[in-house]
Amino acid sequence: MNKIQRQYLANLASKNVRIDKRKTEDFRKIEIEKNPIENAEGSARVRLGKTDVLVGVKMGIGEPFSDRPNEGVLMTGAEFSPLAHPDFEKGPPREDAIELARVVDRGIRESGAIDMKKLCIKKDEKVWMVFVDIQIINHDGNMIDAAALAAITALCNTKLPVYNKKTDMIEYGKKSATKLPVSYKPVAVTFAKIGDTFLVDPNIEEEDVMGARLTVTTKDNGNICALQKGGSEAFSIDEIKTMLDVSIKKGKEIRKMI
Amino acid sequence: MASLTKSLKCSKEAKMKRPNNRKPTEFRPLTVVAGVVPNADGSAMVKLGKTTAIASVYGPRSVYPKWKRKADRAIVNCTYSMVPFSTDERCRPGPSRRSTEISKVIGDALLPSIFVEEYPKTMIDIYIVVIQAHSGTRTVGINAASVALADAGISMRDIVSSVAAGKIDNTYVLDLEGKEEDASKCDIPIAYMPRKKKITLLQMDGDLSAKDVIEIINLARKGCEQIHEKQKEALIKRWGI
Amino acid sequence: MKEKQESRKLVLPGDELINSMDYLPGKNCFREGNSIFSKKLGLMQTTGRVIMVIPLSGVYMPKTGDMVIGEVTDIQSSGWVVDIKSVHDAYLPISGVRGFIDTSKTELSKIYDIGDTIYAKISMVSGDSIHLSMQDVRSKKFTTGRLIRISSAKVPRLIGKEGSMIRLVKDNTGCRISVGQNGIVWLEGGNEEKAIEVFKTIEEEAQKDGLTDKISKMFKGGKNEKTK
Repeated sequence: MNKIQRQYLANLASKNVRIDKRKTEDFRKIEIEKNPIENAEGSARVRLGKTDVLVGVKMGIGEPFSDRPNEGVLMTGAEFSPLAHPDFEKGPPREDAIELARVVDRGIRESGAIDMKKLCIKKDEKVWMVFVDIQIINHDGNMIDAAALAAITALCNTKLPVYNKKTDMIEYGKKSATKLPVSYKPVAVTFAKIGDTFLVDPNIEEEDVMGARLTVTTKDNGNICALQKGGSEAFSIDEIKTMLDVSIKKGKEIRKMI
Repeated sequence: MASLTKSLKCSKEAKMKRPNNRKPTEFRPLTVVAGVVPNADGSAMVKLGKTTAIASVYGPRSVYPKWKRKADRAIVNCTYSMVPFSTDERCRPGPSRRSTEISKVIGDALLPSIFVEEYPKTMIDIYIVVIQAHSGTRTVGINAASVALADAGISMRDIVSSVAAGKIDNTYVLDLEGKEEDASKCDIPIAYMPRKKKITLLQMDGDLSAKDVIEIINLARKGCEQIHEKQKEALIKRWGI
Repeated sequence: MKEKQESRKLVLPGDELINSMDYLPGKNCFREGNSIFSKKLGLMQTTGRVIMVIPLSGVYMPKTGDMVIGEVTDIQSSGWVVDIKSVHDAYLPISGVRGFIDTSKTELSKIYDIGDTIYAKISMVSGDSIHLSMQDVRSKKFTTGRLIRISSAKVPRLIGKEGSMIRLVKDNTGCRISVGQNGIVWLEGGNEEKAIEVFKTIEEEAQKDGLTDKISKMFKGGKNEKTK
């Protein structure tokens, strides 16, 4: 990135001012569209300013993991399609796409958002598989929070397809009235560190100049269920404490929108 | 519309029952929106019934790796993909033989419309992502991509429009949907440049007489002409004075 | 002025602009048979017997003589590679810099380093090679200020007739502004936020009539608010 823009943004941050006039703790405008994709069992599209992420949930039937014979299986994937940004390339997911999927996955998994035991059809043999797939439509920074929000919104709006015991087949055309058992709503809040300033929901320009990043995923009860640090710089314990506090507060506000 | 019905006099229209009471000459409800991906040089979303695709265009831009460049024209790369949750049963992400073939034929369908000779040593990248699939993903993808190309300010001869048609019992039917595809004796997707009346994509699978094939292509051409108007409306809406 | 506004019309690729052999196809148009058609999405304009289309979108296409803003991305043995947000990277050869440089004594990075932003003139375009020059009096390296990017197709409106629009913005905001034809704009000082707001309005409504009036009103509105 060019020096003068870097200098300009660093200078703004030192004064606690942001390029789009937001306060340091402000998210961009959040828009949530529920179930835009009928073919998915659940879906959501989330826009954070110009960042635009679509998440779909598909349900299938498979074998449980041997160490959890009576629990359903959650799989989360993300694709940074070259549709969404001129620098995204074709090919298998790169490390940042895999990181994003894993951070979203951890938030859902560790918060216990989905009651996995209720997804058991026959112990040791047959369980529901929950596939969460993240598709980036436009990247303008902070894809993690947008993806996490879209994922939990999609899961909250997921209805199981009809499973025909006789034929052992899923009848995808029909949706049952059974909702996916979701009991918690994890919310991710990402901070960018520029100089000594911390900015919530960094846009793409802020991400370009940030020294470090921290994503904090919180649960409904205010507990933390996932953390992910990125970037070359380091945090002090006080900085982390502040970020945890802010993320709990912001998490509460955003959770109401799901 | 009246002329369309006339050309189908042979049809047993009254007997035909289509989803949502569509007429044999009618395509599904169509929405075209230009400019949906802010990062792209040009973009569009097209929704035909449930089938929805987003296309974005980047370029003309430098070709990497360099040996791929053409000294006298732009190369056009087209990539078609489907998101895993676009279908009833989850489809695996990543390219397949099917998506590779479709990428190629879509690229070939759009190429005749582009003045590639104006952009030597460059490439134009077209990315099509199907976010919901319910028959006709390639034709919807072409419609979106062509609007995206115009939106990107690329020099073009015409905007390409695309739709499929087939024959069920003795009726020629436009824009087959779902179970109709199985009932039809064939499925013929075409892409069309209405101004020059030239066909740029033609595929078929089925078993049909040559006469029928021509009739079906003619029906699809007429469908394309109407789709063309919708594509233009979307661009005018985005860029209108 | 009025005449021009009347002839402004949005056209799309493949649109027939006129069916006549009395006219000539100009920029972004082509002839087939008796008719002239548009190649691009843009505004049709007729000047005498020439019909042309002014594009409303598209990647910046370099033209000799254009002033552009770019970022140095690489240093080679005899010049600099500069990203000007165009089809190809541009090249600034040592010969394009004012004064004599002895490469055996001077590191090129001391003159322009990677990440530097420069305001340069396009001295030559040939195929995929775009050469820059810093010999124009307006050329400079920016060391402070900020950059914004707008669509290069909108730059002519942002500059206005003989620079009228950009002068209006400069006079009302007190900003120092340099506009690259490639859509990158540098600014510093004065009411930067207001200037950017105006630029975004120009970008969004460049094709609409009465733009100058609207911009003038934006400035008046701002002033009134202040006096209150």
